[in-house]
Amino acid sequence: MKLLVCIKQVPDLESRFKANAEGVWYNEADLAFRMNEYDEYAVEQSVQLREKLGEGTELTVLSIGPDRVVEAIKKALAMGCDTAVHVQDAAASGKDPWQIASIIAAYAKDKSFDIIFTGMQSQDRGSAQVGVTVAELLGFACTTTIVGFEYDNGTITAKRELEGGIKGIVRMKSPALVTCQLGLNIPRYPTLPNIMKAKKKEIIAIPVADLLREESLAATTSFHPPAKKGGGIVLEGDMADLVDKVIAILKDKTAVLR
Amino acid sequence: MKTLLIGEYREGKLLDSTYELLGFAAQLGAETAMLLVGSENQLPLYGGTLYLADAAACGEYNPDLHKKLIIEVVQQENPDYIVFLHSSYGWDLAPRVAVALKAAQISEVIAIQDSGFEVGCCNGKMRRSVKPATNKTVLTVQAGAFPALQPGGLPTVHKITSAGIGSLEFIGYEPAEKKDVDLAKAEVIVSAGRGVGKKDNIPVIQALAKALGGELGASRPVVDAGWVGHSHQVGTTGQNVSPKLYVACGISGAIQHLAGMKKSDFILAINKDKDAPIGEVADVLVVADVMQFVPALTAKVAR
Ligand SMILES: Cc1cc2nc3c(=O)[nH]c(=O)nc-3n(C[C@H](O)[C@H](O)[C@H](O)COP(=O)(O)OP(=O)(O)OC[C@H]3O[C@@H](n4cnc5c(N)ncnc54)[C@H](O)[C@@H]3O)c2cc1C
Ligand SMILES: Nc1ncnc2c1ncn2[C@@H]1O[C@H](COP(=O)(O)O)[C@@H](O)[C@H]1O
Repeated sequence: MKLLVCIKQVPDLESRFKANAEGVWYNEADLAFRMNEYDEYAVEQSVQLREKLGEGTELTVLSIGPDRVVEAIKKALAMGCDTAVHVQDAAASGKDPWQIASIIAAYAKDKSFDIIFTGMQSQDRGSAQVGVTVAELLGFACTTTIVGFEYDNGTITAKRELEGGIKGIVRMKSPALVTCQLGLNIPRYPTLPNIMKAKKKEIIAIPVADLLREESLAATTSFHPPAKKGGGIVLEGDMADLVDKVIAILKDKTAVLR
Repeated sequence: MKTLLIGEYREGKLLDSTYELLGFAAQLGAETAMLLVGSENQLPLYGGTLYLADAAACGEYNPDLHKKLIIEVVQQENPDYIVFLHSSYGWDLAPRVAVALKAAQISEVIAIQDSGFEVGCCNGKMRRSVKPATNKTVLTVQAGAFPALQPGGLPTVHKITSAGIGSLEFIGYEPAEKKDVDLAKAEVIVSAGRGVGKKDNIPVIQALAKALGGELGASRPVVDAGWVGHSHQVGTTGQNVSPKLYVACGISGAIQHLAGMKKSDFILAINKDKDAPIGEVADVLVVADVMQFVPALTAKVAR
């Protein structure tokens, strides 16, 4: 069996975002990067399947981006992926989901993967497009937003999360792609021995030019903060003072405190 | 300008969210046609053209078949925009349609702009303006971003159908977990988010809920981590609430959380990040460490 998991490296979302010089995406200076949260669930699920299937199964992790994404790749290797592909692209953040998906599909096309795992969305872009688009380009069966995954002899049974906490149960045959949602599993922390072992695993570098054949279909024209709705009060400062202010406001504005 | 709106239907019912698509089309000032895989007994109150496929025959979740139906109608209607909700149905189906048409897809549209669409990014903290470069564009609109519009009347129905099986077999639905607390009735809800830090800190949040005579709520990651039971979850995949007072403790304010609580009468948020998107809906944002502020507040309230 051959498995692939696609990961994106995203900034820490508690950071402050400022527009870059072109004004179309964030300025990367001073940002700390890590693996997209949804992709951690994808990696964990693929590693669990890899462990269940044992010998003869190979799990590859792929990430498109500048050199910094190697850190996220190393984490996935330490979590249990066997090999890695780094599609080197310093300009990845300027590509639309269609191009990112086309690059992944161009790589995967002749590799006969049985199952591909992606996150349901990236936390910075949040398009929720790349996974499904890859599946369509490859002609794979695909389902999204999974919170349950079982594999048995070529058949995948997945639980999709729907609105209001309802779930939909779906069955499909490999080759297939699933997009992973929060709550699917609890991603493991790489242990020190596994981090050491991961250092010996191979990371194949492929220049993006070798895989990129598509133009973008949509352009970002501006990156900006939300228009301030106003009305809200922001309180900062001394703790005792904050508490007194909040109590006074609650007494004044709500019927909850008297 | 013409839109093809893709309605939603689940467990034998037309979903109300379908009317948000009409709200969007009205703001766009576009002509509309609608496509629904649903039932004759559940027609939308909309006097326009409705392409209707029977869910009993085509399945409620059969993306391969639904895609085929949409593409056929797109060929007849030639719309500029094919519009879905950004929902478990929409984000699953939209990219399939976009690939088949090689059309641009713009996800989670929250506003219409002069030359394109505004979408959220960076977990709701920031916005992007996006302009499609193709003739046809697939859109998914964020739930709640456009007011529902129910024009009334009955549609002119064109029945459509499609054959084939598709690559997915839908086995069935699993109901949501039973609720042991009905947050919808609570007058005060104090919710714990990931910023609370660890399970051991939950009683601190619970103590404030108790002091205010309210219930404990939670964001999704707190529930997923098992700190709090699912029946306490607020948001799109949890409960929708509108208490007199909602206190968000260490919650960033992701759109799926906001969707469940933004109708609260008064929102107090405690967050160490001044720019957290919860600030957009909060009446008061206290910039502080939640584990310092909450116990101090509880002590004062209890007195
Ligand atoms: C399809 C789908 C459905 C979803 N449904 C739901 C849903 O129903 N409900 C829901 O809640 N989420 C839902 N989510 C998840 C949602 O997108 C967010 O991931 C989630 O709401 C984030 O929870 P949080 O705010 O607790 O955590 P985070 O986003 O991690 O935010 C933690 C916050 O705490 C602050 N903080 C950290 N430490 C401290 C401190 N010491 N003191 C004060 N503040 C601190 C940080 O600044 C940050 O703002 C859904 C997601 C998807 C994709
Ligand atoms: N640059 C990238 N490299 C590898 N995988 C990616 C990249 N961008 C997105 N993905 C995958 O596609 C998923 C959905 O991303 P998006 O469509 O941007 O929301 C992510 O969770 C990743 O699994």
